Amino acid sequence: MEQISDLQKNLLNDVESADTLEALEALRISVLGKKGQITGLLKTLGSMTPEQRKESGPLLNQLKNRIIDAVTVKKDTLEKAGLDARLKKERVDATLPVRPQTQGTIHPVSQVMDELAEIFADLGFAIAEGPDIENNFHNFTALNIPEEHPARQMHDTFYLAEKEESARKVLRTHTSPVQIRTMINQKPPIRIVAPGRTYRSDSDATHTPMFHQVEGLVLDRDIHMGHLKGCLEAFVTAFFEIDHVKMRFRPSYFPFTEPSAELDIGCHFDGDTLRIGEGDDWLEILGCGMVHPKVIANCGIDPDEYQGFAFGCGIDRLAMLKYGMTDLRAFFESDLRWLRHYGFAALDIPTLAGGLSR
Amino acid sequence: MKFTLSWLKEHLKTDATLAEITDKLTAVGLEVESVTDPAEALKPFFVAEVIEAKPHPNADRLRVCTVNAGGKTVQVVCGAPNARAGMKGVFAPVGTHIPGTGITLKQAEIRGVLSSGMLCSEREMMLSEEHDGIIDLPADSPIGAPFAEIAGLDDPVIDIAITPNRQDCLGVLGIARDLAAAGLGTLISPVVEQIEGSHPSPVNVEIDAPDACPVFAGRFIRGVKNGPSPDWLQRRLRASGLRPISVLVDITNYLTYDRARPFHVYDAAKLNGDIRVRMAEKGEGLVALDGKSYVLTGSECVIADQSGAIGLGGIIGGETTGASDETKDVFLECALFDPIRTTQTGRLHGIESDARYRFERGVDPESVLSGIEFGTRMILDLCGGEASNVIVAGAVPDDQKTVPFRPGRVAGLGGVDVPEAESIRILSELGFALEKQEAGLYIAAVPSWRMDVDGEADLVEDILRIHGYDKIPSTPLPKAANVAKPTLTLQQKRSRAVRRGLASIGLVEVITYSFMDGAIAGLFGGGQDSLRLANPISSELDVMRPSILPNLIAAAGRNADRGVKSIGLFEVGPHYTDDRENGQALVAAGLRAGITGPRHWAAPPREHDLFDAKSDALATLNSCGAPVGSLQIYDGAPNWYHPGRSATLRLGPKNILAAFGEIHPGILKTLDVKGPVAAFEVYLDLVPEPRGKAGQTRPAPDISDLPGVERDFAFIVDQNIAAGEVLRAAKTADKQFVTDASVFDLFQGTGLPEGSKSLAISVKLTPRNKTFTDEEIEALSKKVISSVEKITGGKLRV
Repeated sequence: MEQISDLQKNLLNDVESADTLEALEALRISVLGKKGQITGLLKTLGSMTPEQRKESGPLLNQLKNRIIDAVTVKKDTLEKAGLDARLKKERVDATLPVRPQTQGTIHPVSQVMDELAEIFADLGFAIAEGPDIENNFHNFTALNIPEEHPARQMHDTFYLAEKEESARKVLRTHTSPVQIRTMINQKPPIRIVAPGRTYRSDSDATHTPMFHQVEGLVLDRDIHMGHLKGCLEAFVTAFFEIDHVKMRFRPSYFPFTEPSAELDIGCHFDGDTLRIGEGDDWLEILGCGMVHPKVIANCGIDPDEYQGFAFGCGIDRLAMLKYGMTDLRAFFESDLRWLRHYGFAALDIPTLAGGLSR
Repeated sequence: MKFTLSWLKEHLKTDATLAEITDKLTAVGLEVESVTDPAEALKPFFVAEVIEAKPHPNADRLRVCTVNAGGKTVQVVCGAPNARAGMKGVFAPVGTHIPGTGITLKQAEIRGVLSSGMLCSEREMMLSEEHDGIIDLPADSPIGAPFAEIAGLDDPVIDIAITPNRQDCLGVLGIARDLAAAGLGTLISPVVEQIEGSHPSPVNVEIDAPDACPVFAGRFIRGVKNGPSPDWLQRRLRASGLRPISVLVDITNYLTYDRARPFHVYDAAKLNGDIRVRMAEKGEGLVALDGKSYVLTGSECVIADQSGAIGLGGIIGGETTGASDETKDVFLECALFDPIRTTQTGRLHGIESDARYRFERGVDPESVLSGIEFGTRMILDLCGGEASNVIVAGAVPDDQKTVPFRPGRVAGLGGVDVPEAESIRILSELGFALEKQEAGLYIAAVPSWRMDVDGEADLVEDILRIHGYDKIPSTPLPKAANVAKPTLTLQQKRSRAVRRGLASIGLVEVITYSFMDGAIAGLFGGGQDSLRLANPISSELDVMRPSILPNLIAAAGRNADRGVKSIGLFEVGPHYTDDRENGQALVAAGLRAGITGPRHWAAPPREHDLFDAKSDALATLNSCGAPVGSLQIYDGAPNWYHPGRSATLRLGPKNILAAFGEIHPGILKTLDVKGPVAAFEVYLDLVPEPRGKAGQTRPAPDISDLPGVERDFAFIVDQNIAAGEVLRAAKTADKQFVTDASVFDLFQGTGLPEGSKSLAISVKLTPRNKTFTDEEIEALSKKVISSVEKITGGKLRV
């Protein structure tokens, strides 16, 4: 009895004084392991008389449990101390920069094209396309621009090398040939927009030999100029994301529309910054009109039965007005500084639900 | 087209203000580009009298003038030789901005004498180049009166843009007609008076080229006096941007701008016999009034006399018969020239003139016979002389157009209700003659000056623009009852997804020109004649690009030159293989150049290699929904890639969806761009359309709850055995349980047989219904080993 209580006292002491997890584990094995001290004592129970066993059994088990508890507690304490020490040691400088992971950007022209696609999808327009290299029929003749018409000269057309066997091809000077392609291949009602690359032999701060246009065409039985106004007002308001945009439809001339108009929007300069929507200045943003009956007939559709409107608008120019670039040439110069400044994040996807711009 | 307000008011009786007039001009389609009032800049300048002009004590060329500046006497130091006592001049007080010098006057001491203000020359006020002396005003000019007023310069200049269809508004009269119809006043229709000839014309005219010149009216006017034009005429011409020459020439220019009717005057003394209008002879020469010599090709319409060509019909006159100050007798031409021939000739010889501009847009044919009268009138009025009878060769073409007009179409096409009477009023005021056929139908006779009108839509436009586009009510387009349907085509969806996908892995989207330098295009399989521009903007942009990459490589080079160390660019756009409709393909191309990132404490940067390009190519294909798992890797990338560090991704052996790799060092050297550059091209048109439809349910997932097992193997294989082949052999060892295999180590060198390499692969074994037993794992491992050994000829490394 006396022996057990001394033993307990000594062992608890040993547990308490173990200063590492390894020492504690060694102690545990030496006491509670297969060949451990207490295990050894418990083994002696088998050779005792029932009376002795009755007396020593509980005492030895009690001793064993005490020691197990003590080891557990001590282990916990040592582990905690160890973790604290490790955490202290593992401290790093959080101000160090993260591993580099570059973000790309979307070109403003692509972004604006996506914005246009959203707006015109809501207005029920499908998106049509056509080739950049066009023939005279689609680019001019079918659009009521005859060979020697001054309007054809106004286009500063790029011609491809003359070929003997076929007529000379041109780089399309506008997206209007897509109107022709659509009307030839599709029966009315038609509602399309056609964005794409266009080309004119011109170069200064607001003209580049390649630029982007979006063409719109609506053809049905009863479409009139009021619809043209309604549709373009809806488009402009949605695109510039302001409630009221001051607009003016001004009579103009295009060979492929009659009546023809240009749409101006109100603006003013706030210091050096152009503000769209209000003001005493006007900015021309697009040309439009009712599709010329000859153009409709050129596509094999009866102009007495169908009528509609068309419009064409510079996408780069829209981007400049909305996002404030001043030099069109920079759009095509691939300068990473410019692209990162005016570009858009990959996930900055324009939607009607979420708004066109963030 | 520039003209002054007072000029307009000669044709339009109106009380409208300048602002009302300019607003209305724009509203009817005659867009005002600018309004300048020369009186604005001249406001501070007024009439003053020089009381005394004494020599400057310290300078021989200067004078000290005492000036009566409207009730105030000031001292002015003046350098003009004509400054003298008693003269009236133009005075600018201290504080005046002098437009000709750009300087604002200050009180100053000039060589020790105080000068308070300035007596001005015409050049100092930017009125002309005249700077020999100060302006010498008539003696009766009132002291203190604003100079602009007494000089008749208080006349605003309106500049409008005329669209190509409105040739009738290339004269002030036509502009006034539109304004009158729009309710801004009354048109003052000029009366054309017939002038009786006092003698027969000694010069006759014959037309040999009636297609090019259907009619030619001429008149001989003898005894004229040429010289400078009167001030009012000079002012109007200057306001229109024209240089006054002599009154005879100025009259023709004035009428060109006043009535959209070009004329020509010949010095009759210099004519050799009669005038013939004929086609040019090939090789014939002409010295034109612009002082240049032209060699004619035979396609031009010329005015000729016995000496040869003396003018290009409808474009420019010849130098030999031009009017001069000595001209006594003139022959006046008022003719009609074919627009197409005029355009062709003008373009062929690069001659721009006011006459060409009008004839190529079409001049009112009826103005031939009236024009010869009002032209003569003006010459007689300003130069005196006696007119002959009128010579007319050819005949005014009879092409009176009529157009049916249904007033209901104004609402039908224009979307705005304009009362029938108002429509008829507008058309009538614009010069149309309307005859009612039945209810709702008129026949409109088109006025001779409206070359643009040939259909009912033109009449609707005239009514709408005069009535006002602003009165057309906005009408929403009819909208479908359902949610709008998707509108993008498959290719558009793909382009969009690819753009967003590539931007999300660090590439910056660029848009570069569709054309490029032909010399470089040749290195990328392009530059063929069919894709060469006949009129490129420069030799660096002269062929359609056969690949997007050369533009991207050049862009990478430019950015590197600017000091950018890590470059990643992409473009989704066309490249061109020929000039046919399907010779244009949609391609996503990109590259990475320089190093992978900035120098970094934990992740040191490296150069880009083939595997960056492969990763980008696969990401692109993945973004556009290509079956990436079924793609195979082959050699055969185009020859602008490094032959040993490039490959293609194919769906089956023939359908090449992409090429990728490091750009050939030779190409980089030619383009002067530092390598390596890792690039890719994905041919989006060739990616097959997805099977199945949108919104389809998906099959249940193949997910096992049982833990998979990974086993590693190392094989010694011949150096030429591709890793992909080893992996494929491992994966096909057991199609049910082997679910993945990847390479985790590649070793070549000491300890291995010559010409071989060691590839360590990790194979994933996935149980299906129950966990694997050790024996099963052992059996599968053996299958993997034997499959790899059999297919690749390699040996398990032990």
